[in-house]
Amino acid sequence: MIDPLPGQFYMLEVSGGYDPILKRAFSLFRKTSDGIQILYRIVGKGTAMLRNMKEGAILDVVGPLGNAYPLPSEDQIPLVIAGGIGIASVFPVIEKLSGRTYVFYGIRTKNEILMVEEIQKISRELSISTDDGSCDWKGTAVDLLNHFLTHRRSLISRFLIYACGPRPFLKEISVIASSYKVKAYLSLEENMACGIGACLGCVVKTASGYKRVCKEGPVFDSEEIVW
Amino acid sequence: MNLEVTIGGLKLKNPVMTASGTFGYGEEYAEFFDLNRLGGVVVKGLSLLPKEGNPPPRVVETAAGMLNAIGLQNIGVENFIREKLPFLKQFDTSIIVNFFGDSIREYTEVAERLNSADGVHALEMNISCPNKQAGWCIFGTDPKVTREVIRAVRNVTALPLIVKLSPNVTDIALMAKVAEDAGADALSLINTITGMAIDIKTRKPKLGNITGGLSGPAIKPIAVRMVYEVYRAIKIPVVGMGGIMSAEDAIEFLIAGATAVAVGTANFIRPAAAIGILDGIIEYMEREKLEDIGSLTGTVDAG
Repeated sequence: MIDPLPGQFYMLEVSGGYDPILKRAFSLFRKTSDGIQILYRIVGKGTAMLRNMKEGAILDVVGPLGNAYPLPSEDQIPLVIAGGIGIASVFPVIEKLSGRTYVFYGIRTKNEILMVEEIQKISRELSISTDDGSCDWKGTAVDLLNHFLTHRRSLISRFLIYACGPRPFLKEISVIASSYKVKAYLSLEENMACGIGACLGCVVKTASGYKRVCKEGPVFDSEEIVW
Repeated sequence: MNLEVTIGGLKLKNPVMTASGTFGYGEEYAEFFDLNRLGGVVVKGLSLLPKEGNPPPRVVETAAGMLNAIGLQNIGVENFIREKLPFLKQFDTSIIVNFFGDSIREYTEVAERLNSADGVHALEMNISCPNKQAGWCIFGTDPKVTREVIRAVRNVTALPLIVKLSPNVTDIALMAKVAEDAGADALSLINTITGMAIDIKTRKPKLGNITGGLSGPAIKPIAVRMVYEVYRAIKIPVVGMGGIMSAEDAIEFLIAGATAVAVGTANFIRPAAAIGILDGIIEYMEREKLEDIGSLTGTVDAG
């Protein structure tokens, strides 16, 4: 097995049959001593099938695939922003940079929060937002980031952003990042068929034309993306 | 056991190829299996100049299949010859270059350029991609224009010329005869079938291009029927494709009338799918005590 890097992903077969027929892309969540873990939310037929799988089930898996989050230098201060299940993709960054990251984690409501104790332990600081105010800040993780940056202007040049979440969320982060001139690495999601760069299905528009999320991504410098 | 087949002057060491648009220019798959095992690689369709393709979303999954509207994104014929062909040439497999144009002139210019490129073994002419706006589609659906464009390409190339037919016609056998008369050495079918999917919450089409081409096992029975009809209508060989996922599927196409097959969507699901299919065909031949793969072609017993 090839050791994965934070930000990479795997294509997992979920049905073994024809409906659904395509593999699904899942971020690397954790590398363990005997394999890898993924963290997923049940959103459709494929993920429902995953939930119903019995221990010991054998799945066809391709990966690790795609690029990785470029890690910060010693004097940079990493800020991690996760929207919902986007936490799965950035979690290995928090883990790898043990004790260094400021984490801004937004979910819709309290019971959607995952891994909170773990993140508290391995991050420098964890801030949580909920859309409905059921836990901590009422609003989004983008608000938390904005607030944080506003109050630390003297450190701006040392910040580096890692983010994963829904597209409108990433777009907002990209706007904030460029207004503060902070570098931001975003992990994007797009419908994928092959995951290995062949089908050209998962492209995103960038300053230098369409790029494949599965091959040149999933991690992009926010400056590159044409929203 | 003889696995070798001949497609309009092109010798393939076995009948399993990869379908255009599902295999890039081979590089991505070389990490997963030995490309030397393939009968042929059909590369992603090329135009004269690079093409950007359609806005995303470009793919959407449907029951037993997928819709795509990539929009013929490609690097252009010159970049292909310079950057991709040297890689492909290393392998002992047939390189079939798929190409298309927006005009008859573009078709002939691309074909001429490929003629003089060392390492191209055959051409596959796409007259049938469903992802272009009206006007372009007529190359694959208006018999007069189909004849004209194939003749024009035939006049500029001596390479084996495979014409890929559109299934989005009323009478595929008629189009096959037109292509044969116009000088095609072989036909490949089917390309994807035009389809659409709608998000019922937003009421928006699920594809950026609104419509796209349906591929995968969902279209296989249609493809098998079309291969069967075309085989009976013409004398040149047929390359069968459309939802081939297993050796059994491939064999079904051969029996319907195909001389070779191409594996498409299955490559996306299992990168080494084509090799599994080839191995399965060999096992079938052993089991059925078949000496020559060619002896299967067109043997359907339709009474």
